[in-house]
Amino acid sequence: MGELNKSMGLGTRSQQQTSSKARIRTGSLKIQRLRENALAYTFLAPSLILFVIFMFYPMIKSVYLSLHSTDPAGNVAAYVGLDNFTTLFSSGLFLQGIKVTLLFALLTVPVGILLALVLAALTHSKLRGMRIFQFAFSLPMVLSVGSSAVIWKFLFHPTLGMLNYVLSLLHINPVPWLTSPDWALFSVAIMTIWMNLGFNYIILSSGLQGIPDDMYESAKMDGAGPLVTFWRISMPLLSPTIFFVTVVSIIGAFQSFAQINILTKGGPVNSTNVFVYSIYQEAFVNFRFGTGSAQAIVLFAVILLLTMIQFKWVERKVHYQ
Amino acid sequence: MKRHLNSTLLYVLLTIAAALILYPVIYTFFMAVMSPEEASAYPPSFFPHSFHMANFTEVFEIVPIAAFIGNTFLISGLTMIGQLITASLAAYAFAKMEFKGKNFIFSMFVATMMIPWEVTIIPNYLTVRSWNWLDTYQGLTVPFLATAFGTFLLRQFFLQLPKELFEAARMDGCGHIRYFLFHVLPLSRPALGTLAVYSFLNMYNSYLWPLLITNSENMRTVQIGISMLEFQESTSWNLVFAGTALVILPSLLLLIFGLKQLVRGMAAGALKG
Repeated sequence: MGELNKSMGLGTRSQQQTSSKARIRTGSLKIQRLRENALAYTFLAPSLILFVIFMFYPMIKSVYLSLHSTDPAGNVAAYVGLDNFTTLFSSGLFLQGIKVTLLFALLTVPVGILLALVLAALTHSKLRGMRIFQFAFSLPMVLSVGSSAVIWKFLFHPTLGMLNYVLSLLHINPVPWLTSPDWALFSVAIMTIWMNLGFNYIILSSGLQGIPDDMYESAKMDGAGPLVTFWRISMPLLSPTIFFVTVVSIIGAFQSFAQINILTKGGPVNSTNVFVYSIYQEAFVNFRFGTGSAQAIVLFAVILLLTMIQFKWVERKVHYQ
Repeated sequence: MKRHLNSTLLYVLLTIAAALILYPVIYTFFMAVMSPEEASAYPPSFFPHSFHMANFTEVFEIVPIAAFIGNTFLISGLTMIGQLITASLAAYAFAKMEFKGKNFIFSMFVATMMIPWEVTIIPNYLTVRSWNWLDTYQGLTVPFLATAFGTFLLRQFFLQLPKELFEAARMDGCGHIRYFLFHVLPLSRPALGTLAVYSFLNMYNSYLWPLLITNSENMRTVQIGISMLEFQESTSWNLVFAGTALVILPSLLLLIFGLKQLVRGMAAGALKG
């Protein structure tokens, strides 16, 4: 009995002990968790505050403006409901703008990434002099879009430009690069691919560099050739990087403005009138902030849709290490 | 023998690619030193036959290029530092910390990546104007100090850091702040370098925002300045190109310096070592 009591007492005591220990543990865990929460929010605060002021608030304000008409100073004049949107969609110019922008993305993104990938793969070797090529292929990245566009404007010059001169040496008729509606978008796309090459190249080659050497070594030991190694090892491990570059490139294509403004100003016959250019025209040339905002909202919707499709379809196939 | 042939072929291919890619830049420097007659002659010359250094001094008389370059470097540098700080902090929180609403806030960050900056440009312009920030440095930089893109890039990198490292640091009683400052940041030099170069160049490249919010000539950036030059002097190509050459020269030097930094960062092999 005594023994039993003892053991029972022991049992209860130890039970008490563990429960209070557990309480202390959950207590300190709670404090720890609170502290981690507070620290995390401190870390996030600078970004969050800036996003609220310059992203989320403007987003709401854009929606608000798109439902109103404004005076040229930007003050709201009247509530017009969805009038701004119906005006947009009944104008062929706006639909043309959507088509031009999509085509522009289609012309620039796949070629731009493929080219950069090939160059990154070719320069990913320990042969001598690769630094020089790395420098050359990264170079377009540091050239600002403004100066690049000015340079290419003269390369594209119909009679004095170097491009047509080279074609004439090859006995090919001069191409109306920027002056023909059939060619203008294509020409702007060439310039844009060239301009984006540096960034794509740097990101993809640093992705390649991130793949551990011993993977290549063991593949080599197993007798894999360079092509097999590239497809079986580099590509799967590089897929997050490629995914990333694709997202950034598409978004970039939809944001193109400077090269359009400098090279063609949306023309000829609106053949290069991309989204952002027509927003700019509407809001800051015609001072119609209401319809300008309506266009901006549509641009947002289109990009959101595209990005969501991308995340849904592409990320499933992406291999994360 | 076969290997020798292969590498020769590789060099030939790469040289052709490099020549094609570099030509527009080389062309700029050639045109910059041509005399006005040669620059507008037909057929155009591949190489300059004259050496007209006066173009460079003439350009300075037409537009304040020094001020353009100064402005551009100042705002790009400020934005770069700001973005490195805000993005690395936020990325660390997402990669290595547990907190309430993490998934929600992260999807909010990813969502801002999907908001093209141009979509918010009208309200932002109105905001900055109402604060009287038109034609100021803060107007040019503050809206760009935080970046979801940078946060995303760094988070990916932080996630790839080996878990054992964090556990070991924890065991030694290392808190988040110390771990972030003395382990994560030094190990992430390649990613930080990429973001630094990228954010600098992004700002350096930006065109629409400076075009909208700067009016006075001494607040203009290089981008706007160079296209102004084109409008003013559309007939004398040599001057336009002298200006362009002056504008791209500092960024070429930056690449020489920056690429070295990038390659060194990558060679340091944060993950391999």
